Amino acid sequence: MLSVPAVGPDPLTWGYTDSIGSAGLRKNQQVASFLSEYIWTWLAYTFAGLVHIALIINLVAVGALIFIWLERKISGRIQDRLGPTRVGGKFGWLQTLADGLKLITKEDLMPAGADGFLFKIAPYVSFCASIAAFIAIPFAGGDYPWIPQRLNTGVFFVIAVLGLEVFGVILAGYSSASKWSLFGAMREAAQVVSYEVPLGMCIVVPVLIAGSLDLIVIGDRQAGWFTNWIIFHDPFTFITFWVYFTCATASVNRAPFDLAEAESELVAGFHTEYSGLRWSFFFMAEYGSMFSVSILASILFLGGWNGPIPISDMLGLTPENGAFAAYIGQFLGAMNVIFKGTIGVCVMMWIRWTLPRLRIDQVMTTCLKYCTPIAAVMFLGATFWQLKIPDRNFFGVMPMNPAVFEIGEGLPGPRFPEIPEGKPITDQVAASNGAERKAL
Amino acid sequence: MESIYWPSFFFWLFSAITCSFAVGVLVSTNIVRMAFYLVLSLAAAAGLMFLAGADFVGAMQLLIYVGGTLVLLIFGVMLTSQERFVEMKTWAGDWVKGFLAGGALLFVLIYAAFSIPEWRGMERTAAEAVPTTHTVTPIAMGLLGARTDAPDRPGYLLLFEIVSVHLLVVLIGAAYLARARRTRTIESMK
Repeated sequence: MLSVPAVGPDPLTWGYTDSIGSAGLRKNQQVASFLSEYIWTWLAYTFAGLVHIALIINLVAVGALIFIWLERKISGRIQDRLGPTRVGGKFGWLQTLADGLKLITKEDLMPAGADGFLFKIAPYVSFCASIAAFIAIPFAGGDYPWIPQRLNTGVFFVIAVLGLEVFGVILAGYSSASKWSLFGAMREAAQVVSYEVPLGMCIVVPVLIAGSLDLIVIGDRQAGWFTNWIIFHDPFTFITFWVYFTCATASVNRAPFDLAEAESELVAGFHTEYSGLRWSFFFMAEYGSMFSVSILASILFLGGWNGPIPISDMLGLTPENGAFAAYIGQFLGAMNVIFKGTIGVCVMMWIRWTLPRLRIDQVMTTCLKYCTPIAAVMFLGATFWQLKIPDRNFFGVMPMNPAVFEIGEGLPGPRFPEIPEGKPITDQVAASNGAERKAL
Repeated sequence: MESIYWPSFFFWLFSAITCSFAVGVLVSTNIVRMAFYLVLSLAAAAGLMFLAGADFVGAMQLLIYVGGTLVLLIFGVMLTSQERFVEMKTWAGDWVKGFLAGGALLFVLIYAAFSIPEWRGMERTAAEAVPTTHTVTPIAMGLLGARTDAPDRPGYLLLFEIVSVHLLVVLIGAAYLARARRTRTIESMK
């Protein structure tokens, strides 16, 4: 069952040419097939899976560590304070670590009337949903994308999984046997379920323009200068982005939409009865999903791994110039995605510490009377724009790069039949996809 | 370990999770726990879909069934906040009726599944030779009326439109029913 590279010595193509077949794992083989040269195949797959999981958990956990510190600093500055200054040197770098130590040493309490099983499992449900979204989120695109599992239905999967985070909140609210928790959970449920409607409508617009649900195709569609970004595609996408960001803020329960944990009314909402590490899992989940909706915004609207200036193309950091150059190029792309995601999270913090909390009826009005109709009109507008001016970019000013129409949906898996010798597979598939599009 | 066929292993794993939590739904008496087990069972079924290479159906399963059960759970919590509904007891007669109805359905399904020769499992080498394809584009083209698998046969545009309009009507109806009714007072009638 060892894989044999058939196309050439380039290690990057190994994943596409081996003959190991397993339905669930077949697109995830770059690491696995490399390792299976040296160890058993099943162990190689296990290692490959563990590497991906460890990277994702690190991203969410370390991300939360930094974002909590950042939130304290930003809120401090906005309120004309200094924020943390003591722990770990000049800027209070290690404040979150100190907080974490405090949380670990706190007593893990559970109310007497609580439903013990659900009370204990609820934080992990939230946290798992928050992490699982990262399975289908790419950090760099191109022919060798950086993504744990490339899914043909990328956006759809991410949205479906992010919607499950509220599940843990409802379980927490119910099982705490406390009125505050129950009210907080019901508010959050009503809010998240309503905001999924405009959120979905906004996400459909970039999908419509790119012609694919695959996040890598959507990101690659915006390669080149910032004028190719979907936010600048036409006036409708420009407005859609802001509606998306509003709805995303609401769907991850950040202020001014944080009614589920309104301190002035509900003590602490759904996590009133939680303490210690379980409580902190809810917050890791919250920061994780803030980060994932921001990364999603950056891939859908803000070019993803393509910076405002195509530096990696200018310097020749592409797969044609060897694996190392390609790696550096992809690394710059991943930095771009993470930087844009962090900017998005910072804007959410800025909004939180600037605007007062809305009432529940105002939240629902914002969703049903403003966001949903605006998103629907923008969707119709973008459809007509795409129908009338399909080959113009940047508000219809610039011509579209013809390479955009050549982007393929990736390879159909290692068992793609009849690969002629001597030609790189990626070119073939790109060419065949282009031909299909032209034929249609 | 090399002799294990891993897709089969994962198939049995996900099926075991699906079935055991389905039994959990039956056995449990607390309505919120039932909904929780149902969500886990449906999510494992989504895992089966992904394993079969049906990405779109799997994501649909997550969004519609798991998300829909979420709403069920919300109603469960809302309607059972009074003490006497939290624990649901099943009468012995209900067990008998339930087993008769469910058992009949299970019998028909199992009989159908094993009586069709094409549905028997294929050989391992044959299974590994099946090429994988992306599913979203053919589904979308089929819904828009141009089937990629059988170009000479009609697509599903009409059905798709009927379902879409039906859903739109349901949404508008729900918004109409849930609207805040303005109470008539003498002040407002003047």
